[in-house]
Amino acid sequence: MEAVLALAIGVLAASGVWLLLRPRTFQVIIGLTLISYAVNLFIFCIGGLRTGADPVLRGDADISQYADPLPQALVLTAIVISFATTALFLVVLLASRGLTGNDHVDGEDGTP
Amino acid sequence: MSAHLLVLPIVLPLLVAALQLLLGERRRRLMAALSVASCVALVLLAATLLVDVTGTSAGDSLAAVYRIGDWPARFGIVLVADRLSALMLLLTAVLALALLPCALDRWQQPGGPVQPMFQFLLMGLNGTFLTGDLFNLFVFFEVLLAATYGLALHRPGARRVSAGLHYIAVNLLASMLFLVGVSLIFGVTGTLNMAALARLIPTVPDNTRALLHAGAAILGTAFLVKAAMWPLGFWLPRTYAAATAPVAAMFAIMTKVGVYVLLRLGLLLFGSDAGPASAHFGDTWLLWGGMATVAVGVAGMLGARDLGKLAGYNVLISSGTLLGAIGLQQPAVTAGALAYLVISTLAIAAFFLLAGMLAPHDEAEAAPLLEPYDPAGEALYADEDENRATLPAPVALLGMCFLACALVLAGLPPLSGFLAKFALLAPMLETGAGRGAIALFTLVVVAGFCTVVAMCRTGIQIFWADEDWTFPAIRLGEAVSVLILLGSCLALSIWADTPLRYLAATAEQLHAPAHYIRAVFP
Repeated sequence: MEAVLALAIGVLAASGVWLLLRPRTFQVIIGLTLISYAVNLFIFCIGGLRTGADPVLRGDADISQYADPLPQALVLTAIVISFATTALFLVVLLASRGLTGNDHVDGEDGTP
Repeated sequence: MSAHLLVLPIVLPLLVAALQLLLGERRRRLMAALSVASCVALVLLAATLLVDVTGTSAGDSLAAVYRIGDWPARFGIVLVADRLSALMLLLTAVLALALLPCALDRWQQPGGPVQPMFQFLLMGLNGTFLTGDLFNLFVFFEVLLAATYGLALHRPGARRVSAGLHYIAVNLLASMLFLVGVSLIFGVTGTLNMAALARLIPTVPDNTRALLHAGAAILGTAFLVKAAMWPLGFWLPRTYAAATAPVAAMFAIMTKVGVYVLLRLGLLLFGSDAGPASAHFGDTWLLWGGMATVAVGVAGMLGARDLGKLAGYNVLISSGTLLGAIGLQQPAVTAGALAYLVISTLAIAAFFLLAGMLAPHDEAEAAPLLEPYDPAGEALYADEDENRATLPAPVALLGMCFLACALVLAGLPPLSGFLAKFALLAPMLETGAGRGAIALFTLVVVAGFCTVVAMCRTGIQIFWADEDWTFPAIRLGEAVSVLILLGSCLALSIWADTPLRYLAATAEQLHAPAHYIRAVFP
């Protein structure tokens, strides 16, 4: 499972970086979204991967067998924040498209 | 009540912003009154906190700790105010209060909820300075950044939106790096509380220490983007030049937030007590990176052709100087750096306001450009015979303010810029810290000289040579803001003794993290 997760994070991050370096604003925003997915998965697995571990809710389980709740709390916060800021970026992107008439990141397009 | 004093700088702007959002755009006077009340209250709160943490004797190191929900620090969220936090809180509050007259003057036309966003920005800044754990640092950073996105795009035009687009993209990516760094550190140590981290770092086993250092480096990169270290700072001059004057002036403290966090974490987590393997981690990078930033800032400043960019490159120089000084990790240098931080923030804010006052009010009109240097040309000497009989009073006022700004930024006597630079530079030679300190010393002196050159050139062109330069009418609010900022610089040069002693004690406290740790875990 570790290998699959590591590969998934790696592929997401690499695709995100590639898209981020493209000249169109739409590609940039998709790139940022992919990178934020990669980062969220990364935070989620930083507490250690474990299948079938109890949540911290059950009182009778052995404390060392709990799934670590803190990364879950962190990833929730990170998801909310990155979602909100990406939405905000989308608004700016649309404003830029409306003001300049093209979707190049610099606001001016070399090709006619 | 006094027990809850520490959380008020965060809660108060939040409540005021919420109230202002509910009031809506039309009740302009009430909104302005709320903004002023909030900023005055913040100044008073910060001053009270500053007195609280100062203590009685000079070596006394007090830090106030606030446990949210009264959970023990191991489980809960703590806010910590030591001398550095109190200083930054006071600086933020004074800057915000000084900028309000100008901001309220400029924000009279409807243009989105700009006053609530200003309050949210204050909330984010105060939270960043007070928080005691890394994840809340992230949360407050995002609050602060979201507010700056809105402020940077206030009154959008094509240039502003394009600059804002780059600014947001860069900062979103930096936030991702921030999260990766935080989670790596959490993975190694199992805690995000700064004081707990400082206790744990000397005991981290050697096989995971590399991972910890990687996490700290990635986290540091995120802050270096905010502090605009070369080569991470290309977004800065363009964004700042594109923002409206009061917003750009408030942004003067934004790079200092990055510097603050690097100073705090660098000395707390990787100071001399961090064990042989981790002590002084990243110092050399900060030192040389800071110097590269100063060099780039100087080159940009000498080449800049509009006032906004000139001010933006001044931000780079100031931030680079601070990063280099932090990299030296010596208490005396740190004390000087703190003085420089305060003074340069005030002066750069004033300079952004002046740049706004010298440019035309109608923003669709392009700001006039400075002429490139042209020794053979006659542009500068064309009408030497013509004596202007009278100097209009507003132009004289602008000229005096420009001169004061130039003196402070370049670090020439008699204003406080000189005192700050002297406090920063003198210990570098005394301690004999080696090549790094000498190189930084030389570079900062050269940068000061180049600032003189650039400011002289600009001043001569605007005020003496260029007959066609039209001075827009001065608005009262703008003049009041500039005068408050420059007046505080002047006040700091007259009563310099107490602040400098406070800063020396602050630096000592920062270099002895045991006090901070003991305050959080008694």
